[in-house]
Amino acid sequence: MTNTNHRWIVRAIPYLWTLVFFLIPFIIVFKISLSSPEIAQPPYSPTFDPFVDGWSETFARFAEFTSANYLRLFDDSIYVSSYLSSIWIAGSSTVMMLFIAYPLAYGMARAPKSWRPTLVMMVILPFWTSFLIRVYAWISILSEEGLLNSMLLSLGIIDEPLVILSTNAAVYIGILYSYLPFMVLPLYSALEKMDESLIEAAKDLGCTNIQAFWKVTFPLSLPGVIAGCFLVFIPAVGEFVIPDLLGGSDTVMIGKTMWEEFFNNRDWPAASAVAIALLIVLMIPIMIFQNNQAKQQEAGQ
Amino acid sequence: MKRFSTFNAVSLTAGFAFLYLPILLLILYSFNAGRSVAVWGGWSTKWYASVFSNQQLLDAAWITLKVAFLSASIATILGTMAALALARHGRFAGRTLFSGMVYAPLVMPEVITGLSLLLLFVSINVDRGFWTIVLAHITFTMCFVAVVVQSRLVSFDRSIEEAALDLGCTPFMTFFRITLPLILPAVISSWMLAFTLSLDDLVISSFTTGPGATTLPMKIYSDVRLGVKPEINAVCSMMVAVVTVTVIIASIMTKRQEVERERAERLAQTTS
Repeated sequence: MTNTNHRWIVRAIPYLWTLVFFLIPFIIVFKISLSSPEIAQPPYSPTFDPFVDGWSETFARFAEFTSANYLRLFDDSIYVSSYLSSIWIAGSSTVMMLFIAYPLAYGMARAPKSWRPTLVMMVILPFWTSFLIRVYAWISILSEEGLLNSMLLSLGIIDEPLVILSTNAAVYIGILYSYLPFMVLPLYSALEKMDESLIEAAKDLGCTNIQAFWKVTFPLSLPGVIAGCFLVFIPAVGEFVIPDLLGGSDTVMIGKTMWEEFFNNRDWPAASAVAIALLIVLMIPIMIFQNNQAKQQEAGQ
Repeated sequence: MKRFSTFNAVSLTAGFAFLYLPILLLILYSFNAGRSVAVWGGWSTKWYASVFSNQQLLDAAWITLKVAFLSASIATILGTMAALALARHGRFAGRTLFSGMVYAPLVMPEVITGLSLLLLFVSINVDRGFWTIVLAHITFTMCFVAVVVQSRLVSFDRSIEEAALDLGCTPFMTFFRITLPLILPAVISSWMLAFTLSLDDLVISSFTTGPGATTLPMKIYSDVRLGVKPEINAVCSMMVAVVTVTVIIASIMTKRQEVERERAERLAQTTS
């Protein structure tokens, strides 16, 4: 067919777009992470312009590249502790999330069939409303003279207000709240596909409810557990808004450190090095996640 | 008919209470006459009135809507093309790289996407502002479009497309007459997803903006950092209301379309 000759245009346009706006920017970030900060516009050196400086001059400037920004990541304890505490906060909130999301997803998957689309819709709906708004809503709940404290005080449960806002506890609450749908939906789709007669069979063969859950239900929902954990963990590691608005000055997370390096210190090379290092940290979980998704897709077909 | 067991009913109630209470409290307190966030001072709509007399907020809202409309529309076209390439073009040169570039931004931390786009704009020396935000938003939302549309494309019967081609349709006509009507619900919902993601974005906009282009989330963020204001509660409540109404209307519309399509398919089967 002669017409198929034009089909390549359909893939060429988005291909070109992602190359220019996704891949090339990363190469630029990498290049700037090897540069030195300058008080100039743009605030880093070396800069390359072969049409003004000539090619030999341009090549000579490659010598100005430095690994100083990466060495600083290990020297300055703020960076190491940011990475470690980001991974710790994201990891432990992912585990906590599993305990909250699993019963909810299980309840949805075992609800009467006519109810299920509405329940799924109800999980997705808060996800459509602004992330910023959902984080902001917690400020007025958790602050010292906020709703939670005034309720607990008036009920006589506590004598003086709890300090939750501006601590790591508030960051955990924010992550659990904001990323809940990301965990519930993959769990739900794994649990919903499950054949319930398997549980009945397990019970007939002498399993208790709890044994049947651990031996049948949980292993079968494992692809959903894996997908959900990565969908929560990966973005939570790089989270900026939650630690910035709900956390305190002692909450160090890598997204926040990078933001401050960039906007407050105007040290672009350092911010770029932080970004590249974050990407390397996340590379392994991202690859495991994509592998898991690809396997799922093949199994589906 | 199966009913809810006690365990399931409790976990559903607790889960949904956790999801919805904070938003409902936010909306409730936007009608609070007092300034405090915890003390109820009677009903009032004065914060809504003060939003509409705050020119800075209104300007930011208008810019945000323009950015979201433009970027969602272009991202839907580009994302649908990417989905077609991934679902229909088989193996082509550089497919692995392409699918990696389409899927990676889904899980990429926003601070990295924002920084990398800003550095691109700086190194090609463009003036930052409205258009750079639009370009950045197209880039990160088109991935979500591609995923949603692709999952729809792999789920329907390709023989209909092949039949159209056999009957002499050009691939171009086949797309507009057969494929597009079938994937339309997915295309519409991915447009809405792109629209709300753009409406919502703070981090990527903050990196890629320039003087004069302040979006609503950026304005809300800078106000929130100075303390909680009832006015912001009112703005947020209105945003929640707009999104909720749009999502509900869209889901009813796509549901109706689905029902009609199924009826048509059944009709086609019985008559043949």
